[in-house]
Amino acid sequence: MNTPKKEKDARFGKFGAVSFTTLTKVNDFVDYLQDGKVMATRCKACNTTFFPPRADCCHCLSSDMAWREVAGSGKLVSYSCLKFAPIGFDGDVPYSIALLDYGDYRVFGRIDSNLSLDDIKIGMPMMTVANKLPNGQINYVFKKA
Amino acid sequence: MRSVAIIGVGQSHFVRSYPGAIRELVFEGYKEAMTDAGITAKDIGASVVCSAPEYDKQRSPAGVVAEYLGLNPQPTFYVETLCSSSSTGMRLAYSLVASGLHDIVAVLGFQKMSEISSAESQERMGRGADIQWESPFGTMMPAYYAMYAQAHMAQYGTRPEDLAAIRVKSATYGQINDRAVYRKAVTPEMFTNPEDKMSGPVASPLRVGDCCANADGASCIIVASEDKARLFSKKPIWILGVGAATASVNLTGRDLFTGLRAAEQAAAMAYAMAGVGPKDIDIAEVHDCFTIAEIMAYENLGFAKPGEGPELIRSKATYKDGAIPVNVDGGLLSKGHPIGATGGSQVRTIVLQLRGEAGPMQVKDPEIGLVHNIGGVGIYGNVTILGNQPAGGKR
Repeated sequence: MNTPKKEKDARFGKFGAVSFTTLTKVNDFVDYLQDGKVMATRCKACNTTFFPPRADCCHCLSSDMAWREVAGSGKLVSYSCLKFAPIGFDGDVPYSIALLDYGDYRVFGRIDSNLSLDDIKIGMPMMTVANKLPNGQINYVFKKA
Repeated sequence: MRSVAIIGVGQSHFVRSYPGAIRELVFEGYKEAMTDAGITAKDIGASVVCSAPEYDKQRSPAGVVAEYLGLNPQPTFYVETLCSSSSTGMRLAYSLVASGLHDIVAVLGFQKMSEISSAESQERMGRGADIQWESPFGTMMPAYYAMYAQAHMAQYGTRPEDLAAIRVKSATYGQINDRAVYRKAVTPEMFTNPEDKMSGPVASPLRVGDCCANADGASCIIVASEDKARLFSKKPIWILGVGAATASVNLTGRDLFTGLRAAEQAAAMAYAMAGVGPKDIDIAEVHDCFTIAEIMAYENLGFAKPGEGPELIRSKATYKDGAIPVNVDGGLLSKGHPIGATGGSQVRTIVLQLRGEAGPMQVKDPEIGLVHNIGGVGIYGNVTILGNQPAGGKR
């Protein structure tokens, strides 16, 4: 009897200019991102929010998670503008990596390349926005709130 | 638990590209430490081999290293915590000896960063963080430390000149350390001259001169029980405190961006165990992989209050003749940073200082020294306190 070959759910390979992981239980993150939504997970048992999203809660050991949108604005904690890059990102320089603090979670990512460094100040409010990349990949960037 | 001492230290020259195999590189540090301790391979009960595996072609290097050094059939095993691998090796050696399981343990740290091509090394750079959630944005080590520098500057008014001053101090001592990879002088003007390589931007606000050099190198520390230390060594150096802590890899899990929480926590543990405080430290080796890292170390170790680290370098308090000499062997910035060998090399420097055998780098009569060794961007914090008298001994 021929059993159909099981397809791998490699959706996560779409995340980032270069992706290093394809298999994860939080693959739906990529579908949400494609719909323009950046999502975190929330543990249904103890209500802890996780960004980056997790499939498992390390506080109460539950794996029953709900998706929750990264909404509103966070405060810019810090950033750095790179003039050198790892292989695969060379075409992107200069670009800035950064961290936003949303209060009960933080988000690590890139600052929108259309923003001038002169407009960036630690402490300023920023939003996390889904972003399509030229090579068909997707990620998210931080824009002025 | 038994008292534990260091009876032998060694390291290779740190060089840009070692012209030999990994086992031969490790032998250089081992030979010096064994000669220093005055023991032979049969005296060693176990060996702990430390490196960062992404640079190694050899699978399970501990076996090959133990074979080459004549350390069969004693147990050997491999540990890694990135750039603090050999401090973790020291922590394990301490517990193996303190528990009574072994009397003498060799801690062998090494890295041959030139083992892989620079293209391969570039590729690994991108995986030096959380590969699922951070690396897809194009991250690298200097950029993470640069984020800490940016936050320190914004919160405390730390200046690019303060960062440059750390490198200038480092080069002052790199010039007199014949094991260092970078032995040239560095001036503050190099950082402001756009023609000079040192001023080249890497990841704002860090410049080329703010970053340590890759290197090939090996280190070896021989750790012994009190009985064996008294038998073999005229000047045993005692391990008074070992502290270790961890923080999240992903920056989203951190709550401090002007310092390294894992370093603070490791320091608190080491101080408590040794029964000493920051003011008792006569000399320190800190993990200056980037200039900002040394300033944060001053604060995380309690040598300065949060935000006041820059004042220590402005007043030259951390120079050889200052109140708290730091990295008077050139540090990672000038001596070089062969990942797995670095912690052992820092320990060697402090041991030589506490014995009064540090040559031109010698600080006047230090009794208690400290080693601060960090793995990754503050993922693994390690602080070790050493003394020339056993715990509770006369100082």
